[in-house]
Amino acid sequence: MHTSTACSPADPGPTNGAKGPSVSTVDKPPRMLVLWCPDWPAVAACLAEGAPLHLPAAVFHANRVVASTAVARAAGIRRGMRRRDAQSRCPELMVFAPDDDRDARLFEPVAAAVEELVVGVEVVRPGLVAVPADGASGYFGGELRLAELLAEHVSHQVECQIGIADGLFAATLAAHRSRIVDRAGAAEFLAPLAVNELDQPDADRAELVDLLRRLGLRTLGAFAALAGRDVAARFGREGMIAHRLARGLDERPPHRRRPPPELTVAKAFDPPLDRVDAAAFMARTLAEKFHGGLARHGLACTRLGIYATTEHGEELSRVWRCAEPLTPQGIADRVRWQFEGWLRAAPDERPTAGVERLRLAPEETVEGNSLQLGLWQEGIRGLADEHGPAAERAGRALVRVQGLLGPDSVVTAVLDGGRGPAERVRLVPWGDPRTPQSPPDMPWPGRLPAPSPATVYEQPLPARVLDAAGEEVRINRRRELSAPPHRVAVGDGPLRDVLDWAGPWLVDAHWWTPGGDGVRTRVQAVLAGDAETAVLLTRVGGASPQWTVEGVYD
Amino acid sequence: MSVAVAEPVETLAALPGVSTASGVAAAAEHAQLTGRVLPVLPELRRLLPSAGLRRGSTIAVRGSVSLLLALLAEATATGSWAAAVGMPDLGLVAAAELGVEVSRLALVPRPGAEFAAVAGALLDGMDVVAVAARGAAPQEARRLSARARHRGAVLLSLGPWPGAEVELNCVAGRWTGLEGGHGYLRERRVRVQGAGRGAATRPRRADLLLPGSAGAPAAAPPEPVRELSLIQEAG
Repeated sequence: MHTSTACSPADPGPTNGAKGPSVSTVDKPPRMLVLWCPDWPAVAACLAEGAPLHLPAAVFHANRVVASTAVARAAGIRRGMRRRDAQSRCPELMVFAPDDDRDARLFEPVAAAVEELVVGVEVVRPGLVAVPADGASGYFGGELRLAELLAEHVSHQVECQIGIADGLFAATLAAHRSRIVDRAGAAEFLAPLAVNELDQPDADRAELVDLLRRLGLRTLGAFAALAGRDVAARFGREGMIAHRLARGLDERPPHRRRPPPELTVAKAFDPPLDRVDAAAFMARTLAEKFHGGLARHGLACTRLGIYATTEHGEELSRVWRCAEPLTPQGIADRVRWQFEGWLRAAPDERPTAGVERLRLAPEETVEGNSLQLGLWQEGIRGLADEHGPAAERAGRALVRVQGLLGPDSVVTAVLDGGRGPAERVRLVPWGDPRTPQSPPDMPWPGRLPAPSPATVYEQPLPARVLDAAGEEVRINRRRELSAPPHRVAVGDGPLRDVLDWAGPWLVDAHWWTPGGDGVRTRVQAVLAGDAETAVLLTRVGGASPQWTVEGVYD
Repeated sequence: MSVAVAEPVETLAALPGVSTASGVAAAAEHAQLTGRVLPVLPELRRLLPSAGLRRGSTIAVRGSVSLLLALLAEATATGSWAAAVGMPDLGLVAAAELGVEVSRLALVPRPGAEFAAVAGALLDGMDVVAVAARGAAPQEARRLSARARHRGAVLLSLGPWPGAEVELNCVAGRWTGLEGGHGYLRERRVRVQGAGRGAATRPRRADLLLPGSAGAPAAAPPEPVRELSLIQEAG
C-alpha cells in the first residue's frame, strides 16, 4: 500500500453535511455596532491640509478617484473617474494623493473618542470602527440610545453614521444606510441589496462580484439562495466567505482561533479504501499523527473535519463537534464511524468508489491547558458530571449514531423557561454544551400546571372546535371563549363530544413583532370515545386564527 | 398451626422449578443490587415479573406514552442511560414530570431508513432503548430483541412487538380535575395489564394514577363500589 502524507491546500471551510432539522445556533454572529465616517480618505486629506470640508476634494490613486467629499460627489465626481474628467466636471476640485498613514493617523482620535464610551473597539480600517453592541447597549439603555450617544460624541470631530446588525458585514452595510437592523434580521436586510456590496474596500472581491453579476445574480439575496455546497465547488474559499456574508453570517464563526494550515493531515491511499476494517486500521495511524501535530503546537481539537475524495472524484465531508478535546482514540473512532456511515449508506447515497484521499482538518482548536481534562475523561463527550463507564459507553453509541445520520440527528433536551409544552424544551445536539437559556423555575404567567401532555406534536394537528350550536368557538375581545366547546374534531377525524373542559389559558405570544401571532389560547378538553382522550387545544391568533391539537395527554 | 402450613410449603419449594414468594422477592432484590435488573418506580414494580427492567428483555408498552416514560423514570434517575428512537412527538416536559432525568435520555427523532442500524448501535451502548414499534419490520424486530438479549440492554417498544417477553397494556380510565371550564387536568386513573411469556405468563394488573397529581405516577386509591359496578356494566 503506497501512502503519502501531504500538507493540504486551503481549507474549504466547514461544510456541514448534516441531515435533519437544524437545531444548532453555532453560527450566530455577534451583534455589532459599526461607526462609519463617509469618504474618510478625502475627509482625512482635507483635515491634514487644513482645507475646509465644504469645498470639493478628491483623493486620486493611479489617476483614478478613490474617494471624494460629498460636495465633490454632488458636482458629479464618481469613484474610478479619471483625473482629467473629474477636473473638467469640477474645475475647483482639490486633488490629493493617497496616504494610508495619514488616514490612519487622523482616524486615531475618532477611534479614541468611541473608546471613551464603549470598550472592545476594533478599527476595521481607517474610517470604520466596529464595537460589540450587546454590552454597551444594555449599559446605555438600548441600541438606539447608544447610537445617538456615539454619534453625538464623535460628531464633535467628524461626521459619522452608525449601523447596528448581527455580524460585521451586515453592520457595515447598515452603517452606510444609518440603520439599526433587527436581531436575526441580517439576512432579510441584506437580501435586496446589490451584490456589489460584497466588494468592500479591503476585501478585493471585484472579480467575484463581476462574475456573479454576469451569472445574473444581482442581489445578495439571490447569491445567498444558492446551496453552500455549490458555491464552494464553483467559487472556492473566497466564494464561501462571500456566501456566508451574503447569508448574514459572519465570515467565520466568532471566537475561534484559526489553526495554522499545516496541522491538517492528509493521506492518499493506493489501492483506495473501500472496506471499513481497512479504514479503521488507517484511521489509527492517521489519528496519532494528527493528534501529535496539534499537541506540538499546544493545541487540541474540538471540531474535527473529515474530508474524503473517492476515486471518482466525489467529495465527502463531515464535521464532528465535541464538547471536550479529542484524544487520538477519539479521533480514530470518529474516522472509523464516519467511514461506516459513508460505506454502509443506502445504495443511492453511497459513494460509487473507494476513498482515495483522506484529510483530517482541525476545524476548531482549544489551547492545550484545556487538555488537562483528558487525564480523567478520555475525551468522551458526556455531561460535565458524568464520567462513569456507563456514560462512556453511552457516549460512544451516540457518536456512532451521529456517524450514521449526521451530528444534528442525536439530541438531548434541555428544559428552559417558557409557557407552552413545546416552548419549554430546547433540543441540543449531542456533544454541544447543555446550558439552560432561561431559568425553568421562574414563574411564567399563563403556563399550564402539571401534568403536561405526554405527546407533543412537532407539527400541531389542525382541529375544529364547535359549540352546542355547531358554530366554531372563538375568542372574543374580552379574551373569553365565545361559547363552551361542545364537540371537537381532530384532523379529518369524526366529531367527538367534549365530556369536560377547562381554560382558557392565554399567552400574548410575540405581540411585539409585526409577524407575531397575537394571543395564543390553550384549552384542555376530555373527548368521549372508546377511551376518554384528554387533549390540549391551542388557538393561534393572528390574521387567520386556527384551532390545533398541540398535545395529547396519553 | 403455622408449623402445619410451613411443612407442605417446604416440600413444595423443594421441588425443582418451584420457589416461595419470599424466595422470589429475595431473588428480585438480589438482581437489582447486582445490576441485572434496572429499577422502576415502586408503583410499577408489581407489573413486571422481575420487579424491574431485566437486562436483555424486551417489553412492549401499548396505549400510553406516559407509561413508557414512567418506566424510564427510575432507571435514568439512578444513572442509567436511555435513548428514544423514532419518536419525534415525545413530550419531554411530561417526561421530566414523570421523573425521567432528561439529560440522560438521548433522542434520535428521525432515524429514517436507518432505523434498525440506529436502534442496534444504541443497544450496544445504552441501558434502555425505547423504540416506536411501527418503525420495525417483524424480521428486524426479532433481530433487535436478540441484540438486546446479547448486549444486556432493555428494549422498550411503544406498540406491539413480536417476541416481547412482557406486554403492558394501558387501559385509559377517567380524568379528574376538570369542572365545566374550571380547574385543570389533575390525574388519570388507568388500569395496566401485564402479560407475557415465561416468568411473565401469570397475568398481572395494577390500578394507577398516571399521570398523578404532580405528574409522577401513584397507586390509585380503591374506587367506590358504586362506580366500579357502573364501569362493569358499561364494559
